[in-house]
Amino acid sequence: MPSPAFHAPDTVEGVVALLSGDPTARPLGGGTDLIVQMRSGRIAPGAVVDLKRIAALSGVRREGDVFVIGAATRCTALKDNADLCAAWPGVVEAANLIGSVQVRNRATMAGNLCNASPAADSVPALVAAGATCVVAGPAGTREVAVQDIPVSPGKTSLASGEFVVEFRLPARGARAGDAYLRSIPRTEMDIAVVGVGANLDLDAEGTCTAARIALGAVAPTVVLVEAAGAALVGTKLDDGALSAMVEAVTAACAPIDDKRGTVAYRKAMAGVLAKRTVQIAAERAGAKA
Amino acid sequence: MNAPEKIETFRHIGTRPVRPDGVDKVTGKALYGTDFKAPGMLWGAILRSPHPHARILSIDTRAAEKLAGVKAVATGKDLPTLESLVMHVGEGASDIVDISHNCLAFDKVLYEGHPVAAVAAITPELAREAAALISVEYEVLPHVLGLEEALADDAPLIREPAKGGTGETPSNVAMDVTMGRGEVEAALSGAAVVVEGRYTMEPVHQGYIEPHACVASWNGDGQAQIWCSSQGHFMVRSLTASVLAIPQSDIRVTPLEIGGGFGGKTTVYLEPVAMILSRKSGRPVRLGMSREDVFRATGPAPGAIIDVRLGADADGTLVAAEVTFKYHSGAFAANDAGAGVSSAIGHYRIANTRVSGIEVLCNRPAAKAYRAPGAPQVNFAVESAMDELAIRLGMDPLELRMKNAARPGDLQTSGLPWGEIGWMQCLEAAKAHPHWSAPLGPNQGRGIAGGYWGNYGGPSTVNLSVAEDGTFTVATGSPDIGGSRASMAIMAAEVLEVPYEQVRCVVADTSSIGLSFVTGGSRTTFATGMATVEAAREVKRLLCERAARTWQVPAQHVEWRDGHAVCTSGERQGSKMSAAQVAGSSLHSGGPVTATSALSAQGWLPGFGFHICDVEVDQETGHVSIVRYTAVQDVGRAIHADYVEGQIQGGVAQGIGWALNETYIYNKDGKLENPGFLDYRMPVASDMPMIDTVMVEVPNPVHPYGVKGVGEVPIVPPLAAVANAVRAATGKRMRSLPMSPDKVHAALHGEG
Repeated sequence: MPSPAFHAPDTVEGVVALLSGDPTARPLGGGTDLIVQMRSGRIAPGAVVDLKRIAALSGVRREGDVFVIGAATRCTALKDNADLCAAWPGVVEAANLIGSVQVRNRATMAGNLCNASPAADSVPALVAAGATCVVAGPAGTREVAVQDIPVSPGKTSLASGEFVVEFRLPARGARAGDAYLRSIPRTEMDIAVVGVGANLDLDAEGTCTAARIALGAVAPTVVLVEAAGAALVGTKLDDGALSAMVEAVTAACAPIDDKRGTVAYRKAMAGVLAKRTVQIAAERAGAKA
Repeated sequence: MNAPEKIETFRHIGTRPVRPDGVDKVTGKALYGTDFKAPGMLWGAILRSPHPHARILSIDTRAAEKLAGVKAVATGKDLPTLESLVMHVGEGASDIVDISHNCLAFDKVLYEGHPVAAVAAITPELAREAAALISVEYEVLPHVLGLEEALADDAPLIREPAKGGTGETPSNVAMDVTMGRGEVEAALSGAAVVVEGRYTMEPVHQGYIEPHACVASWNGDGQAQIWCSSQGHFMVRSLTASVLAIPQSDIRVTPLEIGGGFGGKTTVYLEPVAMILSRKSGRPVRLGMSREDVFRATGPAPGAIIDVRLGADADGTLVAAEVTFKYHSGAFAANDAGAGVSSAIGHYRIANTRVSGIEVLCNRPAAKAYRAPGAPQVNFAVESAMDELAIRLGMDPLELRMKNAARPGDLQTSGLPWGEIGWMQCLEAAKAHPHWSAPLGPNQGRGIAGGYWGNYGGPSTVNLSVAEDGTFTVATGSPDIGGSRASMAIMAAEVLEVPYEQVRCVVADTSSIGLSFVTGGSRTTFATGMATVEAAREVKRLLCERAARTWQVPAQHVEWRDGHAVCTSGERQGSKMSAAQVAGSSLHSGGPVTATSALSAQGWLPGFGFHICDVEVDQETGHVSIVRYTAVQDVGRAIHADYVEGQIQGGVAQGIGWALNETYIYNKDGKLENPGFLDYRMPVASDMPMIDTVMVEVPNPVHPYGVKGVGEVPIVPPLAAVANAVRAATGKRMRSLPMSPDKVHAALHGEG
């Protein structure tokens, strides 16, 4: 039984060349999904291309008001950047709900995204944040909205030879906040039955000027529910607006019955968690309770 | 209360010394089942059935045998044909034909994951590749998983009807046990209040961290060695020898460290197969399970359907109880119904009782013992019904239990009287505990439940030897799961009046010590402890005798005091010899000093526990959080207090998992959907509060240090304690386990 080749190039171009040369080759971030899938026999890539030797791919940096997060940045490392935690607490928290502490010391948000599980914890938070990712490939680089990467469970829109290089989190208004909550039967080390990310901008009077609500584990991919955000814009997040938002969220759910949850429970939890998530995001944005 | 006649003081009993196996375990040096390797060892792999029920039409192993590096292939045809023989190895009885057919299917596969063939090769990858090359032709048969479905007239029969017929209608009922006395129907119809209900749950797994693994080496001269972790290496020896129809003395089983068993490692799955592969290849062969294998093919605790009726007078006096239950037996006859019957309602004084249970064959892995096997299921139903009864009577639920609690001399369900049980003392301790009167917060509720487990004694052998320097080695035949090496060292050091560190304890292999039953039934500290004390007393006598011989004084003039032989009269009065001095000169006083105690311990007593549980329920999501938990238990007398408290906390943790989230999920094709710890949801640390323990000590008068088994009782009450707390918090009685968030949500808000 052949072992996969292991490569650790030190440039983005080197990664692209290796991935283009072998369609079965897979980029390696933390490996917390990839290695497990290889060990279980679910996948057998011909080569594994480690991203961690490329210095620019690990860590968080600022480009003006934009936060840039390298694809090989460990989830726990996000917590070390105080500015990121202050601006995007929901994204940092979502990434730090994945697996266990040990897993998060290796795992990356890029891996979480490209594993293309509809239940990935960091993805609804990134989508709600309006994050984009920079994708490198044989034709150069392109910037793609995070929600456009996964296309179905286990499948991404990345072309042969392409990989995610970094995330870009947009500039933040003065009164903005985000949050992520998930439903799991236990308290940790579990897969989301439902996950909800919310991201709000408020004006000086506390009126919502922009809102993005994204749902995980209720459809084949993470869903950005534009109607739910629209239900909040122009309101002061009163009960009526929240009810309309919950209604839009519930309507956007197209979950399945499986071992992790029923359709009815998933729909109900999407509504409950959306309301709670919006309330946390609003508090963070400085809304009066 | 009467003052005790005599307050005993101890040197070591009840202390908390450092465990002797601790350093090896925390540094990773300990050898567990998967760690052992033998020179020239081959790697085995097992091909398992993809179907829950099918007839094997043919097995073609030729492609596997041709693969370079493959050294042996085995199927069920390689195991000898056996006559039915029921084996008792310490935790229930099993038919050796069933055990054989469970190791390798003979003509039918009875559950998804049932072993069909095995290979041994020079690498694990090759072994897996070879196993995949074995081609099995199946005739798929209709399968059945559910209890009521398996009892239906048209249900597929798991067990082939006996040839020629037995006169009985063939069915999937594997065992039927009934006990009781009095006139139940009349008493129920005369009762002021009657509660009744049906309680259900799916099977749950023991969830030990260490998957099963072994290495077997079988030589051409017939002699064999097996290295494995189990709850009893003598069990491994007797079952493997019986399955292979060879003499037991030809097999030497060396126990390795065990990473949890909880009853699930009281049988053999791999060892006979590894032996066959070793004989065929002439090499040692390793077989090990993956976590998936463990879930698909090793014994769960049975799921259950339990019907309860309780009747009481207006003052709360219980007048009648009827409990009728059905347990999953899985693919083969199991052993939980008898213990379920005797563990149901014996903790109350009730004049009219009828308790009956059946075990039902179905296409699941054969049910296996799990910590107080058969008791938690039925206790969940009875203690939930008691809670309901208290509500109906308008009575405090603790007062209701105190009013009806069985005392020493009262009759058990079997009709035998209870001995020195500490149930009432547990209830009194709970009532006095600050938890019982602590205030509750919003969305919180408090539940209580009590339960018991019969415990066991039985055969144990201990050898206690003295080294030349006066230090002591205790060798037992009991695998150390719950701290038995520490407990034996404590008891021996207590008898010998020497420091704990002067006594070391090992678990000896089957050729180095006499027969000992499995570490199960909460028997080891009691039975092996009794043998340890007996051996230590004999060593003490021998040391005194040797000193007397050295001093040339009559033996009766020498006593053992504070770790020394002391001459108490005559010319040498006041002379002292330490164990080191006696042992150092033993060459001249009669040879090495050693004593063996082999006994079948009798006089064991049951353990009783009473639990208080506070939960907080998220009314919107259905999540249940355990916010406070107190477990009170009669422990007889704690030998190593940390281990006793740890046993109680561990049992509660498993019980909470059973109550809240653990369950088997099968799809419509009869295949297990959650064979891993991600989706088989045992509790994680953050799910648990600190579990407070209260050790009540009502010593067993038969045991030299008052020991009662403690390991199994604590898993019995949590299911109902949690359910009763959920009832208190929400007003909803959850009669179906687990009480997972979706089910609690449905109870609170309706299904849609």
